[in-house]
Amino acid sequence: MQFLQFLQEWPLLSIVTFLPGVAGLLILLIPATRRDTTHKAALAAGGTVFAVSLLVYLAFQPGGPRYQFEEYFAWLPQLGISYHVAVDGITAPLVLLTGIVMFTGVIISQRIEERPREFFAFLFILATGVFGVFVSLDMFALFYFYEIAVFPMYLLISIWGWKQTREYAAMKLTLYLFIGSVISLVGGLAMYFASGLGTFDMLALEGANFSPQFQILWFPFVFIGFAVLGGMFPFHNWSPDGHVAAPTAVSMFHAGVLMKLGAFAALRVGIMLLPEGAKFHLPWIIFLTLVNVVYGAYIAMVQTDFKYVIGFSSVSHMGLVVMGFASLTPDGYIGAGVQMVSHGIMTALFFAVVGMIYDQAHTREIAKLGGMAQKMPFVAFAFTIGGLVSMGMPGLSGFIAEFPIFMGVWQSDKPWIAIVAAISIVITAAYIMRLMRRVFYGEFPAEFEGHVHDVSRSEKVALGLLAFVLILIGIFPGVMVPMVESGVEHIFVLLGGL
Amino acid sequence: MQANTLAILPEISLAVLAALLILIDLRLKPERKALLPGITAAGLLAVLALTLAFARPGAAPESIWGGMLRHDTAAFVFRLIFLFGAAVTCLFTIGWKQVERRGEFFVLLVLSTLGMTLMAAAGDLIMLFLAIETASIPLYVMAGFMTADEKSTESGFKYLLFGALTSSVMVYGFSLLYGFAGTTDLYALAAAVASGDLPPLGLLGALVLVLAGFGFKVAVVPFHFWAPDVYEGAPTPVTAFLSTASKSAGFAVVVRFLLAVFPAAVLPQIIGVAALMSVLSMTLGNSAALAQRNIKRLLAYSSIAHAGYILMGVAAASLLGAASVVYYLAVYLVTNLAAFGVVIIYFNVVGSDEIKDYAGLSRRHPGLAFALLVALLSLAGVPPLGGFFAKILVFAAAVEAGLIWLAVAGVLNAILGLYYYLMVLKVVYLDRGPDEDKPLPVRRAHMAALVVCLLLVLALGTVLGPMYDWSNLAAGGLF
Repeated sequence: MQFLQFLQEWPLLSIVTFLPGVAGLLILLIPATRRDTTHKAALAAGGTVFAVSLLVYLAFQPGGPRYQFEEYFAWLPQLGISYHVAVDGITAPLVLLTGIVMFTGVIISQRIEERPREFFAFLFILATGVFGVFVSLDMFALFYFYEIAVFPMYLLISIWGWKQTREYAAMKLTLYLFIGSVISLVGGLAMYFASGLGTFDMLALEGANFSPQFQILWFPFVFIGFAVLGGMFPFHNWSPDGHVAAPTAVSMFHAGVLMKLGAFAALRVGIMLLPEGAKFHLPWIIFLTLVNVVYGAYIAMVQTDFKYVIGFSSVSHMGLVVMGFASLTPDGYIGAGVQMVSHGIMTALFFAVVGMIYDQAHTREIAKLGGMAQKMPFVAFAFTIGGLVSMGMPGLSGFIAEFPIFMGVWQSDKPWIAIVAAISIVITAAYIMRLMRRVFYGEFPAEFEGHVHDVSRSEKVALGLLAFVLILIGIFPGVMVPMVESGVEHIFVLLGGL
Repeated sequence: MQANTLAILPEISLAVLAALLILIDLRLKPERKALLPGITAAGLLAVLALTLAFARPGAAPESIWGGMLRHDTAAFVFRLIFLFGAAVTCLFTIGWKQVERRGEFFVLLVLSTLGMTLMAAAGDLIMLFLAIETASIPLYVMAGFMTADEKSTESGFKYLLFGALTSSVMVYGFSLLYGFAGTTDLYALAAAVASGDLPPLGLLGALVLVLAGFGFKVAVVPFHFWAPDVYEGAPTPVTAFLSTASKSAGFAVVVRFLLAVFPAAVLPQIIGVAALMSVLSMTLGNSAALAQRNIKRLLAYSSIAHAGYILMGVAAASLLGAASVVYYLAVYLVTNLAAFGVVIIYFNVVGSDEIKDYAGLSRRHPGLAFALLVALLSLAGVPPLGGFFAKILVFAAAVEAGLIWLAVAGVLNAILGLYYYLMVLKVVYLDRGPDEDKPLPVRRAHMAALVVCLLLVLALGTVLGPMYDWSNLAAGGLF
């Protein structure tokens, strides 16, 4: 938008990156007795971050320079480490996604009773890490923020999570993600030394011309190390356990944003810095993503726990993102870029709904639930929107995202993969319809009478915001697709314009 | 001559401080003896300030006092590390009943620090041996200082026996080196080694003997056996000192010996030896730490593992490798002091070092729990804390030297480490304890020392430039 152009000069990215972390530390200073203040401060911080991320999105010029809002500060020039941030057409939507999920997550967390100060502090520090990864153009800074984003998860899940599995799930998740990130780190260091440029700046490393042997050797480590966080088969196992054990806002953040972090870093460091390696390896990695998509959907269908269904549906949908990358076609990348945002918002909405129902009904067993639409009609409406997105219904963001992915795969050398992957749409429809019927319609169980009510107004606002974005992208793809396209163009310059 | 004297100003002032402490101890009335730790800490900080102000080395390293000492940035940076470690250790002895009123303890501490500063600067085999013994003998006594406590006595005795054994092996190695090269001057020795006239196999043999002594000081596999028992039995402030300053002193010698005197270009086998010791230390330290129930033993095994990470920088045998060792030691010093600080504070109130007794700490004293969180996460290598950048540096040094397998072994070990640090944090943050409502008083001096350490942990992980420059200069000064 033209009138916002003056914002390009502002350090918006530093603000959006560090504001959550600083707010989190300040919240720690509020006296423990003043819970109300804590919640209000968290809400204010979340709202501000959302507003800033929206400004970044709106002021981004799809036709402008590749990287916008650029900021540079020589952090440790002796080793070529810098704090170099900017957004391109792929990351600007991801920054907005993080802002939305953070804001709605804070709204949903207004009911946290146990140690709210620490909860919001850790959640906000995590948000700083996430923003940092999306905007970093320096590989060192990217790893730095990546680890900041991964670690608070352990405490958030183990302290505020679901009692039955939280310790196990938190540890499993943390170890999986750390193994992934440190393996990538070794690859990153290898790139740093092999380039001979003495810099971690990824824009410089893009032109390093690594030898094909080097790229083919290191690509799997870097790519798969990050893709662990993207939930790639066979390293997806931490994700459903983690999502189910986490408290609502953390599940939203985790499935909604953190998994995109993995996919994005795999793209940014793996594919964009090692394009020859990508061309060599992605043709077989696409088979793994196919397993993700179909097997994930199938496992989701047979779950009896509401939250596990959503957890495995994330595995399935994230598989589509990586499949888009692996297709090595522009359409696939555009779809993957939009899918990251669409799935992030959709799954945040799903987890929010699961949390609202569990808070009141105290069960997530699908068989025991029913008739929720009578008591909470707006929740049922929002869930329906999310469900239709999940099925890829035209007119909603899921279609805008998934259709190009299938198109991209169809144009690759293995079109039959698109056909097999499309089976997942049918399976998805099956489990979503089943959820809607069992949980929201049918008979309202008598035991819930009296303690299951409609949700509060602020929670409706959160659900409404999420559903609105899903519809908006579906009806007006123009608000996002051209932007993603501009980012994808550059990736294909690096990939040698396939 | 005057420059020579200024160069050993830290040593002179430490000797003066030790003498003063004996006098003060004699003159101080019994009821005021609790001031001793504070006085010692103030004295050490004064020495630190003097060192910073007057004992800075020039751009080019110099040999002084007839080649006995080297006046270079490596010695300078290590001196600062030891002095800071000793001062913080003194603050943490406040309130440690069997120790805080005993003047001789603080005299020993200062003398041991004096030995360490000489270790970092020694430029001659004889000087080096004397320095190592000056640093070690007071530590044997300090470890066994609580004579009424069986474990402490055992700890002191065990430390003495292992120390005496490895020292004698080391000095035998020194004598062989002298026999081969006909000189005790380290840099003349280096020249002789570089000339290639000495028998490589004989040198390697002598070097292995010497490494036994150094390996004992830094507690790397296979010279680590003493560490868990000694760490557990010794008074915790002494454990803190052993695992930080004493380990740094050992590494100060290791980097000088292995990088400056025996360059890998002449004896390529050294890289293999160092890399092997590194992998064994990391793996054994981390896997043994998994099973520990006592926080001091856990930190003992973790310190063996960290010695392994640091050796990775030594094995890289490069400028970046040496710089990474210095950076790592600085980070490890402040981080481990903070961790032991929490252990000491908690022990003073609760009287237990068992990990299970840390249950409920986060509800009882959120600030202390947060301090432990920061310290352990820095040990685990999580940003934005110093441990992250220190680990990156050693991994980078290994990758640069082409030791990819070593870097991979290192990162996998980092995962193991993360696991047991998180298990401690789980107890602190998750488990409920019976005494959650009781207050947990923390002395101001302790809190101040802890806050300083934690701020430094954070600073070393965010403001990377100054310490990196110093590490780099220190590494350059070795050669």
